Amino acid sequence: MSAMTSAKEAADAAPRVRRGRGAHPLARFLFRRILTAVLLAWGITLVTFVLTNLVPGDPVTANLGQRALGDPAIVAQWRAEHGLDKPLWEQYALHLRGLVQGDFGVSQQSHRPVAEDLAQFVPATLELAGAAIAVSLVLGVAFGVVAALRRDRLPDHVLRVLSLIGISVPTFWLALVAFYVFFYRLQITPGSGRVDPALGEAPAVTGLQTVDALIAGQWDVFVSAVGHLITPALVLALYTIGLLTRFTRSAVLEVLGQDYVRAARAKGLPGRVILFRYVLRSALVPVITVAGLAFGSLLSGTVLVEAIFAWPGVGQYAYKSATTLDLPAVMGVGLVVGVVYLVINLIVDVLYGVIDPRVRLQ
Amino acid sequence: MKRDPLARKGLLGRLPEAWRQPLAVVGGVVALAWLVVALAAPLLAPHDPLAQELPRLAPPGPGHWFGTDQLGRDILSRVLYGARVSIPLTLLLVVLSVLIGGLLGACAGYFGRWADETIMRVADLVFAFPTVILAMVVAAALGASLVNAVLAVLVVAWPAYARVTRGLVLGVREREFVLSGRLLGFSAWRSLRVDVLPNVTGPVLVLATLDIGTALLLLSGLSFLGLGAKPPSPEWGAMVAGGVEVFDSWWVATFPGLAILTVVLAFNFLGDTLRDALDPRTARAIKERAL
Repeated sequence: MSAMTSAKEAADAAPRVRRGRGAHPLARFLFRRILTAVLLAWGITLVTFVLTNLVPGDPVTANLGQRALGDPAIVAQWRAEHGLDKPLWEQYALHLRGLVQGDFGVSQQSHRPVAEDLAQFVPATLELAGAAIAVSLVLGVAFGVVAALRRDRLPDHVLRVLSLIGISVPTFWLALVAFYVFFYRLQITPGSGRVDPALGEAPAVTGLQTVDALIAGQWDVFVSAVGHLITPALVLALYTIGLLTRFTRSAVLEVLGQDYVRAARAKGLPGRVILFRYVLRSALVPVITVAGLAFGSLLSGTVLVEAIFAWPGVGQYAYKSATTLDLPAVMGVGLVVGVVYLVINLIVDVLYGVIDPRVRLQ
Repeated sequence: MKRDPLARKGLLGRLPEAWRQPLAVVGGVVALAWLVVALAAPLLAPHDPLAQELPRLAPPGPGHWFGTDQLGRDILSRVLYGARVSIPLTLLLVVLSVLIGGLLGACAGYFGRWADETIMRVADLVFAFPTVILAMVVAAALGASLVNAVLAVLVVAWPAYARVTRGLVLGVREREFVLSGRLLGFSAWRSLRVDVLPNVTGPVLVLATLDIGTALLLLSGLSFLGLGAKPPSPEWGAMVAGGVEVFDSWWVATFPGLAILTVVLAFNFLGDTLRDALDPRTARAIKERAL
């Protein structure tokens, strides 16, 4: 009864909204989401800038030699060159202009522009994180569905404990244990890096080793690249598998209780049809959003995993920069990873809005 | 009369059900055991955690059951003492995030308008970063120390509570018992404390229990990165990092890692059970489906 009234209200309200604001709801939704994303990206630059300027250390002492520091003229000139004599807001404007032009500053550790460093390392991390999210989605959704269908029976209990273990294991420790057991002891997985050094890397096109090997038609490189990818990707995926299992389980349970599923069951449809056509179709929609958020924890995890597997990605770069307190590099990583995460969540939100029209009207 | 009677029953009335769950019992026992270890570490530890008095990198055996590290320190003693470093800091961290996030979220939900806009946009900004990355950036900017690592985790942890509290406060703000309190002349602070707070505690408690694990993982992760505890402090994450250098001596990293795992798992077992027991939506859904 109440469901019918609210549906009627919604039907009444919808045309009014469209007439009142002009644009199509989907267009308005897209515009609003993109505007928020741009504002957040700007916020990210503000956060990294403020944090860089919070640092107690003076950049002048970090960059000039002992003798130059004794000469006030040189110090003043250096400060002027780097815009440090200007008020903070002007420095921020300069910083922002630099960012737009791809200038992230110079790494104190590699003495190369941070942007160059990042361009080199980002593809390796995307390959690792992409493999991990694919594994997490397949296993997490499968486990979640099984747990929901066998609710309160043995498989559900076992999967509950396993998924809780998955979200409780310290990633950096698991990476070390996996490396020790599978590579050092059992010698069933290849060691560190992205491919067997004897084979050499495939010519770079996309920067993704597996894809590049396929493009070049080098099967041995492809096999080696996949072999190197498996252990770090699985270690990285364990947390998100646990997360997605728990979430899929409750999403499926919620749908299983709906009237239309009961109706489908009552009219005698086979279980397989009910599961795929009725249950999964609507249960998996919110899973997309969680997968987007899970990608954030994957990007976080790369910092803790790549160092162990000597995976030449942003994570290892971040680890090295953090341990040597190389601030321009750390801020560059924060900025780029923040923006990548933002874009992924924007795509997820837009997908969600396209799939589920109710979201657009909020 | 002023309080929502359902809220009280929801919190206390369902607790016994939670304790019938084996996972909660296991989690509770393990968590309690670690608390005892943290309190009694000097009595339990066979050696001084900092003394470099044993043979270096000795494998586990009599006299040093978890082996020794590259400086000849007893790993068992260091793991036991590590509970004194990590557990109190993690608990403090979660309490502070609940207080800060809860207060800000309650203000955002209760007062609305610019308070809501300001607080929630800042929260959105924090959510725009993956947690470890932001915590790492903050810790690196503040300088590497355990206190700064705690601050960094605090920066990424409070917005979750702000969001949840805001949502819950919005849900009860217009209810009769809150409005009548205001009409009787309660101050905003008293109204929040007396009428709104009891309706918020249950879900926030669940979130906090689940968050203890996350906070410990983050804090030890920062120490692993070298942005938290400094040597020779027996902090578990830093101990794992020490084990990376000598990874063929597996015991150096394995035991502190297991310590982190068991503490996090214990609180996640507890939190997961609490969530099922206290979340009225889940509870109702389960009853409906039991038909």
